[in-house]
Amino acid sequence: MKKILGKSRIILALSALLMIGAFFVPIWEIMMWAPQYPEWLHMYIWLDDITGDVAIINGLNHYIGMKHIKVEMFPEFKIMPTIMMGVIAFGLLMALIGRRIAIWAYLLVLIAAGTAGLVDFYLWSYDYGHNLDPSAAIKVPGMSYQPPLLGSKELLNFIAYSGPATGGWIMAVSGLMVIGTLVYEYRRKSKSIAL
Amino acid sequence: MAAAALVSASMGCKPTTPDAASVGDAAERVYVKPGTHDEFYNIVSGGFNGQMSVVGLPSGRVLRILPVFSAHPENGYGFSEESKPMLNTSHGYVPWDDLHHISLSQTKGEHDGRWAFGNANNTPRIARVDLKSFETVEILEIPNSSGNHSSPFITENTEYVVASTRFSVPLGGDAERDVPINTFKENFKGTVSFIKVDDEGHMSIAFQLVTPGMSFDLARAGKGKSHGWFFFSTYNSEQAYTLLEVNASQRDKDFIMAVNWKKAEEYIAAGKGKMTKAKYAHNVMDHNSHIATSTMMEEVLQLDPVELKDIIYFIPCPKSPHGTDVDPTGEYIVGSGKLAALIPVFSFTKLMKAIEAQDFEGEYAGIPVVRYESALHGEVKKPGLGPLHTEFDGRGNAYTSMFVSSEVVKWSIETLEVLDRAPTYYSVGHLSVPGGPTAKPHGKYLVAYNKITKDRYLPTGPELTQSAQLYDISGDKMQLLLDFPTIGEPHYAEAIPAALVEPNSIKFYKLEDNTHPYAAKGEGQARVERKGKEVHVYMTSIRSHFSPDNIEGVKLGDEVYFHVTNLEQDWDVPHGFAIKGANTAEILIMPGATQTLKWVPDRVGVVAFYCTDFCSALHQEMQGYIRVSPANSDVELKYSLGETGPQ
Repeated sequence: MKKILGKSRIILALSALLMIGAFFVPIWEIMMWAPQYPEWLHMYIWLDDITGDVAIINGLNHYIGMKHIKVEMFPEFKIMPTIMMGVIAFGLLMALIGRRIAIWAYLLVLIAAGTAGLVDFYLWSYDYGHNLDPSAAIKVPGMSYQPPLLGSKELLNFIAYSGPATGGWIMAVSGLMVIGTLVYEYRRKSKSIAL
Repeated sequence: MAAAALVSASMGCKPTTPDAASVGDAAERVYVKPGTHDEFYNIVSGGFNGQMSVVGLPSGRVLRILPVFSAHPENGYGFSEESKPMLNTSHGYVPWDDLHHISLSQTKGEHDGRWAFGNANNTPRIARVDLKSFETVEILEIPNSSGNHSSPFITENTEYVVASTRFSVPLGGDAERDVPINTFKENFKGTVSFIKVDDEGHMSIAFQLVTPGMSFDLARAGKGKSHGWFFFSTYNSEQAYTLLEVNASQRDKDFIMAVNWKKAEEYIAAGKGKMTKAKYAHNVMDHNSHIATSTMMEEVLQLDPVELKDIIYFIPCPKSPHGTDVDPTGEYIVGSGKLAALIPVFSFTKLMKAIEAQDFEGEYAGIPVVRYESALHGEVKKPGLGPLHTEFDGRGNAYTSMFVSSEVVKWSIETLEVLDRAPTYYSVGHLSVPGGPTAKPHGKYLVAYNKITKDRYLPTGPELTQSAQLYDISGDKMQLLLDFPTIGEPHYAEAIPAALVEPNSIKFYKLEDNTHPYAAKGEGQARVERKGKEVHVYMTSIRSHFSPDNIEGVKLGDEVYFHVTNLEQDWDVPHGFAIKGANTAEILIMPGATQTLKWVPDRVGVVAFYCTDFCSALHQEMQGYIRVSPANSDVELKYSLGETGPQ
């Protein structure tokens, strides 16, 4: 079994511990701009909550028959903190094991969790943007209002933007730390062979 | 997640938003040099302040607020004894209203600079403002109406001003009006009133059309070839009576109602109208005495257009149309479906052919509905979101306000192509092009009246100023020149070249024409008279004293009437009058006029009164005293000016 260096184990542990920060900041943000909202409308998604200008966005979206966004519509919020804690614990465990295979396992868990999050977000946003109340006041033929998964998109008079918030960036840095450790360990190995 | 973050980072951060600068030499183009005048008068509705404001264009400077439907303590309108009857209604004194739209009088389809009409939305009334004196000179209440929004639009020779109902309600006697709300379909009716305007400007209700229950929103008269017709936008053809935001937005099309008022006149001449009981106030300000009188009217002539054929036809129009606007030639009728994704333009010629050929797609509540395609000239595709109102420049272009997408869209009436777009700040309602609704628009400028202001000015707490924008429309592209704050919440406004109004503006009232019964036309006529408990002070004001300025012999329990005549016969020398404890407001008296302030003293003592309009170098000396004695006192009534007693 390929043992890794002590400093690699420390970085792995730090990457896991860093993600504790994601409990205290939003992980994702959706922003909306329209001429009459020059200050942008913001919606922040946390591990277990939605905050920001949700009431204003709901008020606007009801004209086109979109559902009211509220915390209860996301059962995910009940399990996401637990999953997050699991990922952190798994990361610490892998640091303890301290083998190359453990880095791989940790990285795969991270990617799986991230991908699952994005897929879940996409499926919700598809339903939110397409499943419209047929009695809405404004019906534009052929128009749906799914927010972008990532980046920006024009939706009627709004420009909508979706992207990671601080918590998302923390997770990204954690992921990069794990990838970096993996790369370092492989390069160290190949160097030692060359010697 | 890391991969996602990388993608996001590589895309750059936040998207950019459209740029919104004005043109470089804008300041020069709206600058009106000190000592020079604006090019246009803009008569602007005040919305919920119930007044009109006079704004100069292109400077955007507010010149005056004209009191119309709201009491105005600033000059005593609605407080002085003379003006109180102006605000009388069948409900009594109503000192506030919601003034949405302005119509300037026309002759042969062009502005003639005589009068400005305004509507009261809440307690239905129409007011006429004289553009010589800029005073409200007449107010007519509209009976059988509720929510007088579709008003006061005007025909090309000011034959009629119309007033129609936004809220249908049950009409008739008490028993017919006391019905369950859910019987809307059977019992609720709308009315469209045609108000005759005579050569002197006096208004009277010529007739009322009683229509199916729905909401009338806005209207425009036909002109030129379509003179004799009137077009009204309607919504809530669903006949909803609750949660209208959903329930009145269900049908794909509502209607533009075309009214052949010449046909209605024929029916009336043939005795087909029905005189019905109605109670409504008609208030007129006398030009010479400056005293308003309120007369309670008792009946109104009604026509039933279901029974009397060929007066009205419906044209289907997409999604709850707001504005219906007729182009300068009178051929094209633009319907702005506020929830629609296109703008239909109807052709008057095609409409007439369709009616002739009875090309109907059915009936609505007993009224024929013309086939949409048969009346259609064409549709403006993808104009923007939330089309509300359209104005014209007389060069074949139309300008439509887009509330939802906050922009003005310029398009060609003939080709229906979108030619230009300009952002507004924010959520634009009405537009105003000088002469825009007439047969000969003056073009040049367009003003956008916005509903949301947000960050455009220094903030003033939760309530912000309302905002307007001035665009130069003389070229191919609209150019933003100026933002300017407005008074109240403007809805519609009309602009008229200064040359049509400025030369007629009255400088002062001639004292010899003053027919006020309590006028004192010289200091020799100044006096105080007691009539039982009423004390009448015939007072004069001239720089810089009142006459009399010492009054004694008033007792508790008396009502004191100060009838103040301004003896000045020069421009811009109003005098004011105020007295401590008056439960009204000051009065502001124009040169040559008489105004009355009623004061009921509530305590014994000597009370001061003074001039409130800074009139001269010795304005601070323009004052007087009135002595109030106990009810049982035997102080003799006396008055004087310049008399001093023994010390």
